[in-house]
Amino acid sequence: MSTSKTRERGAAIDIRDATKRYGKFTALDNVSLHIEPGEFMTLLGPSGSGKTTTLNVVAGFTDLTAGDLSVGGESIVGVPAHKRNIGVVFQHYALFPHMTVGKNVAYPLTLRGVEKGERERRVKAALDMVKMADFAHRYPSELSGGQQQRVALARAIVFDPPLLLMDEPLGALDKKLREWLQLEIKRIHRELGTTFVYVTHDQEEALVLSDRIAVFNQGRIEQIGTGRQLYDEPATLFVGKFIGESTTLRGKAETSGDETGLTIAGQKIVAKEKLAGGETPVILLRPEKLSLAAAKAPITNGQNSLAGQVSEAIYLGSGSKYQVVLRDGSIAVVRSSLEAKPFTIGDEVDLRWSVEDSKLLADDDRADMTLT
Amino acid sequence: MNQTIDTTTAGGSDPRPAGRAASEPRRWRLADYPSLLTVPAILLLIAAMAYPLLTIVLRSFSEPEWSLQNYVWFFSTPVNLTVLARTFSISAWVTIVCVIAAYPYAYLMTTVGPRMRLVLIMCVLVPFWVSGVVRTLAWVILLQDSGVINSTLKAIGFSSIRLIRTQTGVVIGMAQVLLPFMILPLYSVMRGIDLRLVQAARSLGARPALAFLQVYLPLSLPGVFAGAIIVFILSLGFYITPALLGGPRSTMLSTLVQSQVLSLLNWGRGGTMGVVLLVSTFVLLAVAAPLMRQRHKQASRS
Amino acid sequence: MKPFRIILGLFCLLVAVWLIMPTLVVIPMSFNDKKSLAFPPSGFSWQWYANFFTNPEWSNSLLNSLKVASIVAVVATFIGTLAALGLSRMKHSGAGILRAILITPMVVPGVVLAIGIYAVYLNYQLVGTTFGFVLAHTMLAIPFVIIAVSASLEVFDVRLETAAASLGANRFTAFRTITLPLIAPGMLSGLLFAFVTSFDEIIVALFITSPYLKTLPVQIFTSITRDADPTVAAVGTIIFFATSLVIAAGLIIGSKSKRS
Repeated sequence: MSTSKTRERGAAIDIRDATKRYGKFTALDNVSLHIEPGEFMTLLGPSGSGKTTTLNVVAGFTDLTAGDLSVGGESIVGVPAHKRNIGVVFQHYALFPHMTVGKNVAYPLTLRGVEKGERERRVKAALDMVKMADFAHRYPSELSGGQQQRVALARAIVFDPPLLLMDEPLGALDKKLREWLQLEIKRIHRELGTTFVYVTHDQEEALVLSDRIAVFNQGRIEQIGTGRQLYDEPATLFVGKFIGESTTLRGKAETSGDETGLTIAGQKIVAKEKLAGGETPVILLRPEKLSLAAAKAPITNGQNSLAGQVSEAIYLGSGSKYQVVLRDGSIAVVRSSLEAKPFTIGDEVDLRWSVEDSKLLADDDRADMTLT
Repeated sequence: MNQTIDTTTAGGSDPRPAGRAASEPRRWRLADYPSLLTVPAILLLIAAMAYPLLTIVLRSFSEPEWSLQNYVWFFSTPVNLTVLARTFSISAWVTIVCVIAAYPYAYLMTTVGPRMRLVLIMCVLVPFWVSGVVRTLAWVILLQDSGVINSTLKAIGFSSIRLIRTQTGVVIGMAQVLLPFMILPLYSVMRGIDLRLVQAARSLGARPALAFLQVYLPLSLPGVFAGAIIVFILSLGFYITPALLGGPRSTMLSTLVQSQVLSLLNWGRGGTMGVVLLVSTFVLLAVAAPLMRQRHKQASRS
Repeated sequence: MKPFRIILGLFCLLVAVWLIMPTLVVIPMSFNDKKSLAFPPSGFSWQWYANFFTNPEWSNSLLNSLKVASIVAVVATFIGTLAALGLSRMKHSGAGILRAILITPMVVPGVVLAIGIYAVYLNYQLVGTTFGFVLAHTMLAIPFVIIAVSASLEVFDVRLETAAASLGANRFTAFRTITLPLIAPGMLSGLLFAFVTSFDEIIVALFITSPYLKTLPVQIFTSITRDADPTVAAVGTIIFFATSLVIAAGLIIGSKSKRS
């Protein structure tokens, strides 16, 4: 989190009822999103979910069909991209191949009429920030992908934009480099205090980087929240399945008082929640909330239990991961600590979890379709 | 994977003007109508190509009066038909000679080292460095009865042959002028052929000749087609080389057109011949279009 | 494999000789001491070079050709580049058809174009005018410019313009500072192609020429058909060496810019 002093440099963003249609296709459907000054906001979602369209709308590359957009309190609808003063980092780097690294970074300053001495000072500072100062006289073609993206980042921040947009900037890099650059981006965000909007389809990346995450699906925002909120309290089945690993259970439902009961292959399980009328309930479980017990072992109070058979057992070093086939054919994912009793493939087991950990959500077949 | 939406909207501005939402009506922008940039070129083509060609087509029907008489005359006069047939046969010969000469040459270009390849490319390009008319003059010098070729033939004990003002001479000269148009497309296709395919065929038991016939040749055919079509079409309209190297027995249609218009001032008949030449060219192009498309597929596969 | 390589090499040597022989034969002819095109020349002299530069018929035609070709090169590069840009940015299927239309001058038989242009020019008193030559030659040159510029646009990443916009460049600035420098090599080769197309054009020129405005190829052609004048060989030799110089310079500049 940024300090209140640096926060002043970032701009707030307000997107209200934004809709974008391409002919009959709706890329953005009534999206509203508020981003705090200096916040690191990630737009997360699968391909075609509208996250990049949102970014392009903010950058000014795409016009809205309906809705309003303001940065720092002023509406910028209709303002062309080059007058918005917003930094953009692209997945494909977009460095100008005919200019050296130094010239690339100086480009936005030259356009703004910054005089030479000042320009050189700021180019140096920006390159220092991304640790590329030694490469100022190289051409982009002489740099690796990671180096090119750092230069692109320097170029996008050198003119001190109050807002920086990043469109899957690490998408083309390998895993190791990506993880290191994630930390670099976090550091730069902390040092600059600029508002960052980051687009990715990688939920782990989103969790590492963001203050808050907006989960996109089919042109809508499913939920906005911190990584912890999204993981622990998913608002929709889609969010629950998109963030982290999960097991979903479906069965015949009945409500009594504040509880919802689900009957799965003859066994009844409970969740301490209930849904509004007319919705089919699904129970979503996180793997670390689940435990395995030998079949027919005694149950403590307040626990749910489902019988199954271990179909996969993976040793992870820090613990073990199991796949368990339940009686109704669905598959549960369980993560257990090293201290827990180990099981092997074929063992008959009972899947156990606390009643409070049953997360009750409305069923939504779109959640499955989009993920596959 | 449904990646289209994200990627297509990622770059560039959206060409569609915004609807109600954008608070003010958008300014008209040139960038929204890129086809307008081609307007100057189109206008120029209309003025300097379409309008002249239309004039010729009209005159072929209208002079001396509106009728089909010029076409009737053209197709009922044996001399014209002979020249038409000759135009096609000379073009065919030129194309064949070009294919035979260019195929091994382009193949060699793909197999030698970079320095030798530069030499070979230079040999293809050098003819372009001299004015086309001057080059034809050179062929007159080379082919004439007392010319270089005949002197050489005599020196090594052969009897001299008549080359200047014969069809053979015309074909030799034209093929030399057009050879680069055959070699270059052929080379670009051959360069894309994966030689490991031939090795694979060899490893599967094909003898070199068979591996060539069954693997390399089919893959290089699109280049042969592309080059052959260009050469044939350019041959049909050749004018300077046959005019200077040829005699009365090797007149081509272009020469007839020229003499009808410039010497006989008969625009109707000259125009008719022009239209026949034009139609032949475009019919050929239309027939050849599928072969060119095949070339595209091939290129994208390699 | 060995004998095959030898036969292949010999065959290609023959083809190479065939390709360059006409060029090579012109050079000795230009130093002929007699007014004859017999080969080999019987003696040495510079008189045909002197004739080329002192005889107003020759020097005027050279100047005419240089003038026409220069204007054509500039105009065709401008119009052709615009068209190539437009084609590259068109998204619908019409682009393919439009491109095919724009390069038709390459396949229309020269004589047919020539008589058509001649007919039109007679009507509008354009025969023997610089404007007439420039108009016809520009039309012939545009396809070459379009092809050359399109080739460099194909490897140009349009997203760079988007990036420039995000950095504060308006459309014109983005075009001037990003697009233009990156397609400049294509435009330069288009310019050269256009120049050569006009400088070497003979068929249309033969029809629209007049005693007052002759281009070099027309002068060469009339000289060849009139008498055996080795001045033609001198012209050919001069063009050959001039072109060689330009290409050598191009190669040197090209290899230098590649290294940097």
